[in-house]
Amino acid sequence: MTKNVNELKQIASQVRRDIVRMVHGCQSGHPGGSLGCTDFLVALYFNAMKHDPSFNMDGIGEDLFFLSNGHISPVFYSVLAHAGYFDKAELATFRKLDSRLQGHPTTHEHLPGVRIASGSLGQGLSVAIGAALAKKLNGDDRIVYTLHGDGELQEGQIWEAAMFAPHNKVDNLIATVDVNGQQIDGPTDKILNLLDLAAKWTSFGWEVMTMNGNDMEEVVKTLAEAKSRTGQGKSIVILMHTGMGYGVDFMMGSHKWHGVAPNDEQLAAALAQLEETLGDY
Amino acid sequence: MKKYTYTDKKDTRSGFGAGLLEAGKRNDKVVALCADLIGSLKMADFIKEFPERFFQTGIAEANMMGIAAGLTIGGKIPFTGTFANFSTGRVYDQIRQSIAYSDKNVKICASHAGLTLGEDGATHQILEDIGLMKMLPGMTVINPCDYNQTKAATIAIAEHEGPVYLRFGRPVVPIFTDADQKFEIGKAWMVNEGADVSIFATGHLVWEAIQAGEQLAEMGIDAEIINIHTIKPLDAEAVLKSVAKTGCVVTAEEHNRLGGLGDSIAQLLAVNNPTPQEYVAVNDSFGESGTPAQLMTKYGLDAKHIVEAVQRVMKRKK
Repeated sequence: MTKNVNELKQIASQVRRDIVRMVHGCQSGHPGGSLGCTDFLVALYFNAMKHDPSFNMDGIGEDLFFLSNGHISPVFYSVLAHAGYFDKAELATFRKLDSRLQGHPTTHEHLPGVRIASGSLGQGLSVAIGAALAKKLNGDDRIVYTLHGDGELQEGQIWEAAMFAPHNKVDNLIATVDVNGQQIDGPTDKILNLLDLAAKWTSFGWEVMTMNGNDMEEVVKTLAEAKSRTGQGKSIVILMHTGMGYGVDFMMGSHKWHGVAPNDEQLAAALAQLEETLGDY
Repeated sequence: MKKYTYTDKKDTRSGFGAGLLEAGKRNDKVVALCADLIGSLKMADFIKEFPERFFQTGIAEANMMGIAAGLTIGGKIPFTGTFANFSTGRVYDQIRQSIAYSDKNVKICASHAGLTLGEDGATHQILEDIGLMKMLPGMTVINPCDYNQTKAATIAIAEHEGPVYLRFGRPVVPIFTDADQKFEIGKAWMVNEGADVSIFATGHLVWEAIQAGEQLAEMGIDAEIINIHTIKPLDAEAVLKSVAKTGCVVTAEEHNRLGGLGDSIAQLLAVNNPTPQEYVAVNDSFGESGTPAQLMTKYGLDAKHIVEAVQRVMKRKK
């Protein structure tokens, strides 16, 4: 059942609370990027994508999503749980021994909703292209989505894949890049400047769209527009501008919250803010 | 010593090409990818027959491995093709994460393995690939001995569920196995039953082992020769049974002596039945330019060196 913008905002609020609780619960993980990408993933799973939580690995007749920047697993796991792939209670096992919710997503523990291991950066776009090609061979007209971090674009394999997709008219693919300008060691433009990303993707032959990834209305609209442009011979990439740590003021915009867990006091403050500003699910 | 003869010589990579075409005819889920080496991998016949099931990735091996992993999501059975060097070390992380750890049904097909690629030199040779691939949990590692066996192995791996590393080569080698053989993954092939020494060989060194066996017979040494075409999973039963009879072992492979077939056998024996063993393998070095025959001699991989290894190991036999 497709949700409207207000309903999506409510789900996003719950997902953000899950993220801070999960990372606090094991005292490790990556809250910053997870919070920043929450609106996008919620809009994707509860509005844009056709998908089935009963989960079949091949996903024939379904849209598929590949998380390439696997370190933002908290948001992925929470969205999957809310979408019915597994029980929300399992979120409490995140990064703990014998859990299906490994630090980075894996198929190895057979967690429904996960189709590839990711975490070693730069590999997801290639995998998504393969899945998109398989859909074409199968006469399956559904769409393949990916998410990448902007820092991840420093990996060379991304550009091998970026060259391949338009050359081969992989037009059932919508890639998205979380442009938050932060990576673990600092601001992206200080570590290894990505310069003009739109120009880069355009020059590789992609159709480039942009959006504010923390404005739910805009996310929903842009995804709908991107979907309408598939099947026309072009691979599509959406440059999604987000704030690292969006929704929790003391985490906002700082690379320091890329991979740090909140303590008890910080958790309480984060939860209070999320309850207060975004309501309950 | 059982008599093996041949009338034709061919490269094992041509066996792969023929096997790929046959696998493609038998199963429409079989697809192929290549990183700008169609001629070297002998994939042209498959492409001609099934153009829509072939993907040229250009000189971008990491992307090729990722695309192959993705194609399995949708039920395809992808065969990737490039040189062994670029099929393993160059893309180890992609194979480890997107294929092996993700349990994807990808067949990594690697030509020009070992050092007998020859004149191109060490940058295009690889002597570490078996070790790299066998360390990956769930990965099957196969190194067939001639054209016919490579063709049969290629057909067999299409029917096997799970990631496979299939290793073959460029030089022409004698075709001495049957054209209509059944290839059983993980089941060693008894080439010659013997009583005095077990020679476990893989790849085209099986033929060298046969040559060595004939020379040993003339010296009065009765060698048991076993073709270990599947290095992982290793046919432990066949190895232990042979060693229990002969009491000493020579392993022969076109690979670094560290991490290859010899080490797999040694590890098995150390735990189950410690046995004197000699390695015929490259002694922890890179290769160099030269003809295949020159390299086989210089790096000690021919029948003569197998005979010498047998003589050494038999002196150590208890």
